[in-house]
Amino acid sequence: MDGHPPGTAEVDLGPLGLDGGGHLLVARALAPLPPGGRLRVTGSDGHLGVHLQAWARRRGHGVEGTTVVRGAADRQRLAGAVRAGEPGAVAGRADATWGLAARGALVEAGAPPLAGADLDERAVVWTELAPKLYAQAAAGQWDPATAIDWDPPALPGEVEAAVVQVMTYLVENEQAALAVPARFLGRIHPHFREVVQFLATQVADEARHVEVFTRRALLCGGELGISGAGGRASLQTLLDEPDWPTASFLLSALGEGTFLSLLSFLERRAPDPVTARIARLALQDEARHVAFAMGHLGEHLRAAPGLRSRLRAAVLRRHDALASTAGLADSVDDALVVLAAGAFTPAAIGAGWRRVRQLEVEMDEARRRRLVRLGFADAEATELSALHTRNFM
Amino acid sequence: MVTRPLVLGAVAYDAKVVTIWEGFRRYFLARDLPFDFVLYSHYERQVEALVGGQIDVAWNSPLAWVRTRRLAPLARAVAMRDTDRDLTSVVVVRADSPVRTPAELAGRAVGTGAVDSPQGTLLPLALLADTPVEVRRFEVGVGLHGDHVGGERDAARALAAGAVEAACMLDANHLLFSKEGTLPPGGTRVVAVTPHFDHCNFSVVADHDALDRFVTLLLAMDYADPATRPLMDLEGLTAWLPGRTDGYDQLEAAVDRFGFYGPAGEVAAAGYRP
Ligand SMILES: [Fe+2]
Ligand SMILES: [Fe+2]
Repeated sequence: MDGHPPGTAEVDLGPLGLDGGGHLLVARALAPLPPGGRLRVTGSDGHLGVHLQAWARRRGHGVEGTTVVRGAADRQRLAGAVRAGEPGAVAGRADATWGLAARGALVEAGAPPLAGADLDERAVVWTELAPKLYAQAAAGQWDPATAIDWDPPALPGEVEAAVVQVMTYLVENEQAALAVPARFLGRIHPHFREVVQFLATQVADEARHVEVFTRRALLCGGELGISGAGGRASLQTLLDEPDWPTASFLLSALGEGTFLSLLSFLERRAPDPVTARIARLALQDEARHVAFAMGHLGEHLRAAPGLRSRLRAAVLRRHDALASTAGLADSVDDALVVLAAGAFTPAAIGAGWRRVRQLEVEMDEARRRRLVRLGFADAEATELSALHTRNFM
Repeated sequence: MVTRPLVLGAVAYDAKVVTIWEGFRRYFLARDLPFDFVLYSHYERQVEALVGGQIDVAWNSPLAWVRTRRLAPLARAVAMRDTDRDLTSVVVVRADSPVRTPAELAGRAVGTGAVDSPQGTLLPLALLADTPVEVRRFEVGVGLHGDHVGGERDAARALAAGAVEAACMLDANHLLFSKEGTLPPGGTRVVAVTPHFDHCNFSVVADHDALDRFVTLLLAMDYADPATRPLMDLEGLTAWLPGRTDGYDQLEAAVDRFGFYGPAGEVAAAGYRP
């Protein structure tokens, strides 16, 4: 072809040395040769001979003068290499030996297998919604500094205190909602890239929620409210759940699902524009978190209907564990009433009270709808919704 | 009867030596070769242990091989890395130096590696043996026979800084120092290159029942095997080859010329304290 006998070739490096990238040209010229093939290297760099033999020796090639005799080490290195699945398709099971490799990468064998990523089955972690929801999440990230007009409102003292109490409650719930996906993130095999990416955005969302609710609590210079023991006990049961589908069910399908009603209520009933705005922004994020959980749980349940009884048992177990605790603290319930009342007159408080009771009805209805969507029978959905924690999350 | 394990000695010139020999030990044990290793702090201690029968095989530097053969004339080299064959060392000057030939280094300062480095000191200095140069040694890792690259790198730094007129180093280290920027790329010129020489080998002085099996298993180590390739990468080879001993004549001559060891293997170099 180039006038060379078969198995031989020639490459001219011009003035380029092997200390300046010349090895790339040599390796490229060697690649198509068979082992034993000969490559004559020419060039004007003063160190070419010295550097060529040093470079070639270390890579298992022979050298005769400035002719490289091709070795096989580069091909041996990739002898047992496999593809980490296909870039456009998700495998049924992700192999630990694929490690952190990009989906579809050619994986050189020999590294230690990926440790700790035990959630490696498509049926357990994947949802077809993941790529779309991740893209939405990436596009929907908002900046707390600019998305909200942080002018302090001038509310009556008791109403402001009620807002602060609700914010105090929200912050600890957001911390739980951050910690749970964060704990599972590292256990999900990175082959399921979009799931990992989505959960990373979920964690980042919760970080913003923690920020904006904290900032609203401190906006008017008051002290933070009470963190009730019952609420924290309820959240601890979420953190303790070691099973991914169960944790996702309790946190997102039930807890964050219930929060959709709560945040929508806060947006509608907020006594000041800052509270309304941050409830609105958090609500948009939470809707994604719930959609993701409903997606992967729905697909998982279709593949393994036995999971349904596991999820049911988890609700009962959690209810029993929390039976001796207060659930939603009086301080939070009262604060919601005052927030929705906007004033301390009997008529306003009465209206606030009715709105909060109506909120609880809405929460229950929405939970039952989601449970039915996950395939629970109507009666079971009613039973389980009623057993959901009084702390909402 | 249970075979006494084959005991190999290696010098702990770097922490990775433990990883390497633990890995090789697993490789041999998995193939029913009873195998242990002992680490030494320097090559003189290892050579004495080999000659004294405390170890069966020594993973020897070329200089350690020279001493082993002087202490035990029947010593053999049973295997070596593909990367141990046909090395060269260079004497380099700055590109703008007036020095064109080794003889023009007369009266000038030449930086070298440690006193006991074959590639960084003994072999390149032998090229200048008839030229009265002022040797400036950079003593890093004395006793490690040049396994530690620090002395050569310090000599290269001194060259770049203008503190010496020339510096001595292995061909591969000249490439390394030029790529990493210790030497300015294209900023140096080679004024002398040694002939090819060989580097490390597995030396033995007495027979052991398992020696043939050790060599067979070593030579069978396959770079295509993902279980052993990381160890071979760490040890810096792509294939083990049978030992050969005709690549050490240059070093034998340099050792005699500089009186590093006596003819019977006694340590004779002035100021050499491993
Ligand atoms: Fe949140
Ligand atoms: Fe959330």
